Amino acid sequence: MSKPSYSMPDQNGKYGVFGGKFVPETLMAAITELEEAYQTIGRSEEFREEFQDLLKNYVGRSTPLYFAKRLSEKLGGAKIYLKREDLNHTGAHKINNTLGQALLAKRMGKNKVVAETGAGQHGVATATVCALLDMEAVIFMGEEDIQRQKLNVYRMELLGAKVVSVTQGSRTLKDAVNEALRYWVSNIDDTHYIMGSVLGPHPFPQIVRDFQSVIGSETKAQFQAAENRLPDYVVACIGGGSNAMGMFYPFIEDQEVSLIGVEAAGKGLETPFHAASLTKGKKGILHGAHMYLLQSGDGQIQEAHSISAGLDYPGVGPEHSYLMEEGRVTYTSVTDEEALSAFHLLTRTEGIIPALESSHAIAHAVKLAPRLDQNSSMVICLSGRGDKDVDTIRKMEGRSEHE
Amino acid sequence: MSKRKLEALFQTLIKEDKKAFTAYIMGGDGGIDRLEKDLLFLQESGADLIEVGVPFSDPVADGPVIQEAGLRALKNGVSLEMILNKLTEIKEKITVPIILMTYINPVLQYGLEQFADASRQGGIAGCIFPDLPYEEEALVKEHLAAADIAIIRLAALTSGAERLKTLTSDSEGFIYAVTVNGVTGERAELNAAEIKNKIDKIKSFTNTPVLAGFGISSADAAQSLLPSCEGVIVGSKIVQAFHEGRKEEIREFISSIKGLSLISG
Repeated sequence: MSKPSYSMPDQNGKYGVFGGKFVPETLMAAITELEEAYQTIGRSEEFREEFQDLLKNYVGRSTPLYFAKRLSEKLGGAKIYLKREDLNHTGAHKINNTLGQALLAKRMGKNKVVAETGAGQHGVATATVCALLDMEAVIFMGEEDIQRQKLNVYRMELLGAKVVSVTQGSRTLKDAVNEALRYWVSNIDDTHYIMGSVLGPHPFPQIVRDFQSVIGSETKAQFQAAENRLPDYVVACIGGGSNAMGMFYPFIEDQEVSLIGVEAAGKGLETPFHAASLTKGKKGILHGAHMYLLQSGDGQIQEAHSISAGLDYPGVGPEHSYLMEEGRVTYTSVTDEEALSAFHLLTRTEGIIPALESSHAIAHAVKLAPRLDQNSSMVICLSGRGDKDVDTIRKMEGRSEHE
Repeated sequence: MSKRKLEALFQTLIKEDKKAFTAYIMGGDGGIDRLEKDLLFLQESGADLIEVGVPFSDPVADGPVIQEAGLRALKNGVSLEMILNKLTEIKEKITVPIILMTYINPVLQYGLEQFADASRQGGIAGCIFPDLPYEEEALVKEHLAAADIAIIRLAALTSGAERLKTLTSDSEGFIYAVTVNGVTGERAELNAAEIKNKIDKIKSFTNTPVLAGFGISSADAAQSLLPSCEGVIVGSKIVQAFHEGRKEEIREFISSIKGLSLISG
């Protein structure tokens, strides 16, 4: 008898005990409306055609699955392929989701969107599709992050979005989500919330996963074409978990493929400065979902720390929380230092500057690949390009422009 | 016996043609020891019910005043457990029903059974969980029922008729009618007509008392709502006045609304 097929989430928006809809009553009508619209409009031929057309001609999909020959040789083990999400328009996987959600919102008759952003990648991807579709965008961003990512703020403003500085709480991504949710409650009639990761109340984790699963579907077909089989390992970095979920989902029933999610261990798991919610967190409820969270003993949410702003969130999406408990996906972590060294390695060996987020996935491959034989294979999700991080790295490594 | 305390209160008020004034305070704002003083002050000033807020790091349903009060309490090291212990300690002095308002995560970490048990010992009559809608109530339902504590449901302006019918079925204590699409905090104006329609709709489905809250900060606002419901809930205005030491204003405000409720009731 074959194993029953994977069918998460269930009808209540749960992944086992995880997920759900833990939001104020005022939002329930909008969430129910979104759930219905996603089932009807989201699955309609017309919607899918428009979405596919824009993914191809606007975003630039499909993205290449690139055999990283020099990196593979250098590490001396498994054959390593890179899924080049960095080559998407706006430079990361984020736009797969923002495009889908904005198209959906537009067809739902909502012409305004609100979104949160940490490093600014999701904000830029949201502002971009809003410019394209002539929609209004309000983006909440922590005051700290605005200081760290001034160029992305300017980019969003060039694209016509309004960026609102969040001065509450820790002034980073978690607080930007709080403010975006508060804004949504106050503007519920005409505004859609474009959640940036596989987080939030149902149906967001499902919608974001589905829109991002183009990553895994393409990878599967491209790998088949190149190697005539499935990869042995698929590796992706995890902040909230959207690039990883999009990559893993089409492989979930392929038990022979090992799926590995890489969290940010920051300055080390033994310190309080990390973002390893699955590795070090506990189950809890935040921003609408039951999931693994970094929190104190009495349930206060703690701040996450990572060199990479995109991984700097104290929770990991409900489906990842479920897949960890089920044992289908293995979750591990790498430190800031390891990620930084992988960043340089890929830049020098392949001429590809990866985002610091994606560098975490590469760093794990650096550890794993040499232990595997040359007949084995690995795909790394290169979720974004590193241009946005170059200035941070330059400052951190103390190099001046004239050196 | 705690849930009964609420039932008894509303029976008395309705019989005497009076309205319920509910005051919200943030537990542990100004330190855990201020909780007792503030509760006794509100009780002596005529509050019929008191809602004690539990501080949470990420209060998405709250506006700036309550957010900041919560952060002050957290800086003072206040936790859900400390608030429940304090309430247990002073329970003989408190005669008005106490409602606990807490986001669900601190409850989950405390342990559902322990929470229900400690709440019962603290004399809690009901709980409001702003991020636990009807669909997710099952998480706490059994434990709170065993402790005889009411789950107070919120009804929003965005809740349609079918939804209200669901929310009012088997409702306990009172229905918390949220009077704005937004977060807690003072509002210059409320849409009284829309709120009244919503409350009338709720009342067409249930006899459970309805209290209106979110954004009510003046006697005028209260006056426009009181004829259609059993009472009002005032939070941010009281929290801020306590924080700034303007206690007399709170007493006057409660008297003015209690006065109104006699006229309008």
